[in-house]
Amino acid sequence: MLVGGILVITRKNPVHSALALIVTLLAQASIYLMLYAPFVAGVQIILYAGGIMVLFLFVIMLVSIDRSVRERQFNSQWVVGVIAATALGGLFMIVFTKGKNIFPEHALPMVENDNTQKIATMLYGQYMFAFEIASLLLLVAIIGAVVMAKKRI
Amino acid sequence: MDSMLHITTLHYLVLGAALFLLGVIGVLTRRNVVIVLMSIELILNAVNLNLVAFSRMWGGLHGQVFAIFVITDAAAEAAVGLGILIAFFRNKETVNIDEVNLLKW
Amino acid sequence: MGQIVQYITSYLSSNQTPGAAGNMFWALVYIMLVFAGLSVAVIAMNWLERKILAHMQVRLGPMRVGPHGLLQPIADAIKLLLKEDIMPAEADGLIFWVAPFVVVLAAFTTFVVVPFGPTHAITDMNIGILFMLGVSSLSVLGIVMAGWASNSHYPLIGALRSSAQMVSYEVAMGLAVVSAILMTSLNATGTGTLSMIGIVQAQQAQGEWFIFKFFPLGLIAFFIFAVAMVAETNRAPFDLAEAESELTAGFHTEYSGFRWSLFFLAEYSAMIAVSSIAVTLWLGGWLRPFPNLLNNSTWGLVFSLCPGVTFLFFAAMCFYNAARMPKHPLFRIQTIGLAGFGIALGLIGLVLFIPAVSMRIQDIFWFSAKVAGFMYLYIWYRGTFPRYRFDQLMRMGWKVLLPMGLGVLILTASVALLQQKLWHP
Repeated sequence: MLVGGILVITRKNPVHSALALIVTLLAQASIYLMLYAPFVAGVQIILYAGGIMVLFLFVIMLVSIDRSVRERQFNSQWVVGVIAATALGGLFMIVFTKGKNIFPEHALPMVENDNTQKIATMLYGQYMFAFEIASLLLLVAIIGAVVMAKKRI
Repeated sequence: MDSMLHITTLHYLVLGAALFLLGVIGVLTRRNVVIVLMSIELILNAVNLNLVAFSRMWGGLHGQVFAIFVITDAAAEAAVGLGILIAFFRNKETVNIDEVNLLKW
Repeated sequence: MGQIVQYITSYLSSNQTPGAAGNMFWALVYIMLVFAGLSVAVIAMNWLERKILAHMQVRLGPMRVGPHGLLQPIADAIKLLLKEDIMPAEADGLIFWVAPFVVVLAAFTTFVVVPFGPTHAITDMNIGILFMLGVSSLSVLGIVMAGWASNSHYPLIGALRSSAQMVSYEVAMGLAVVSAILMTSLNATGTGTLSMIGIVQAQQAQGEWFIFKFFPLGLIAFFIFAVAMVAETNRAPFDLAEAESELTAGFHTEYSGFRWSLFFLAEYSAMIAVSSIAVTLWLGGWLRPFPNLLNNSTWGLVFSLCPGVTFLFFAAMCFYNAARMPKHPLFRIQTIGLAGFGIALGLIGLVLFIPAVSMRIQDIFWFSAKVAGFMYLYIWYRGTFPRYRFDQLMRMGWKVLLPMGLGVLILTASVALLQQKLWHP
């Protein structure tokens, strides 16, 4: 997954980057399976790898690549960016080493036979409001994307 | 098998942090708008990994439900972002972020 | 050594799929069997398609290569393997190379959860149907990659059209699937299941195939899925993206030889995969017809004789046609070949009469028979319907099938709720 991530940010050709991102997303889905979350893994494959990445590939093909491949790839502030990211990484490392002891040694055993049913009970019970708001958000996003990409409103 | 280390939650958090850092570097250093948007997706994935790892640690499913919502939001945001990109490309004929400088004094 | 043998034989008495039981050896054996069966099925589909299409068009189809063209697929395979492997000059090498593999991988990976019987699947994920839908949506990526990497107009337009069509009809497919999954939750505990084996067991428990449930809602949901699955696999009448008279073979124009045969393999495997989804969800999977209605022992005996009888029927057809071959010395090899094929089929049929074999083969036979029926329907559609124009296709996907799917879902949910409240208060 990390190799995929590195390839995403370093490739010159956006199509190669998109393919590396697909590899990363599929690896992420298998990590979800390791974490006893099969439903989230399935949703990731269908939505992210099968939907969003197709959208990205369509847009990459609409937007012409030939000129952008020959241009300079990394912008002029890359030094500052890398320094900032390294500082953030250092912060993460400090947090992790200091807080290493609060994580339990052996993870709780989790059954995954009825994972979907439990998630569904929670989605439609406790998180019902968030569910409805998410569908409203998707509606707004659809209308927004259509309006933004139209030639003449 | 005894020499294999236990994969605790910390390992997943470190992996999530590494992905997050890669995404941040991608957002900060690339000029191509599409690749910046893809790096944003990397960041969101790192966050999801953290959520699901913690959900595993605590044994409840709240993290997984939140992760599903984050995936849905990422889809919506990618759609709108790409729509903006297409509108921008139609005006300027380039996908270079440095060219978005109409408001610069 | 004894430990290995014990590992292998410990699975034989379990009543779970190898994946669920954690038995890697038998899982690998099942994977090999599914792979081999799929290859044989694709080869048979090639021959069947050409013959059946020809007979529908009042002509004969391939007759020369073997007796009645039976060796035609093998000749095609040899030709494709021997063709020169061309790559366009400006094409993107890595993507061009990877695209057929992505499509084939996506098509073959869906077969991990296809249930040929209550324990005859490679594994039984509890998100089975979600996994199948998700992995078949990965083949869209392969098609887009193929069209892009060819770096020429026709493949690009073909790939974009084809992937737009596949993505649109995936939504309609998803809604039809959701209304079928809804019907699995009409049991005592009120929880449904997404696992393929669980869906068929729900049909068995509720005593009717889901296509007949809440008549006509199950039928309409099945109809929506049947149309969407034909559009999903880019087959006639929705094959604008790859029809030879429209776009010179669409996204696989620039592929030749072995790579083209990979696309072809992936297309037929995808057809079989979505047909097995349809069979599992609506037509009762591996259940024989009328499992609960006619369940006394004589009917059980009659239905258990069906596998053997089908193979004997095929053998009889072979012998009949062998007898009708022209009595010319040059046809002797073909006659002998056809008679030999008939004898082989007859022997398989006789073996299937043995009760021990017949008991195990029942589920696989009924499942394969239903999927074969769907394959025949695919070929029938290709020979009957004219091609849809692309805008008509998109209009139908979004404006007709999607509202119908939503309507069926809402109606199914309401009827199911009413049934729960009125009959089981």
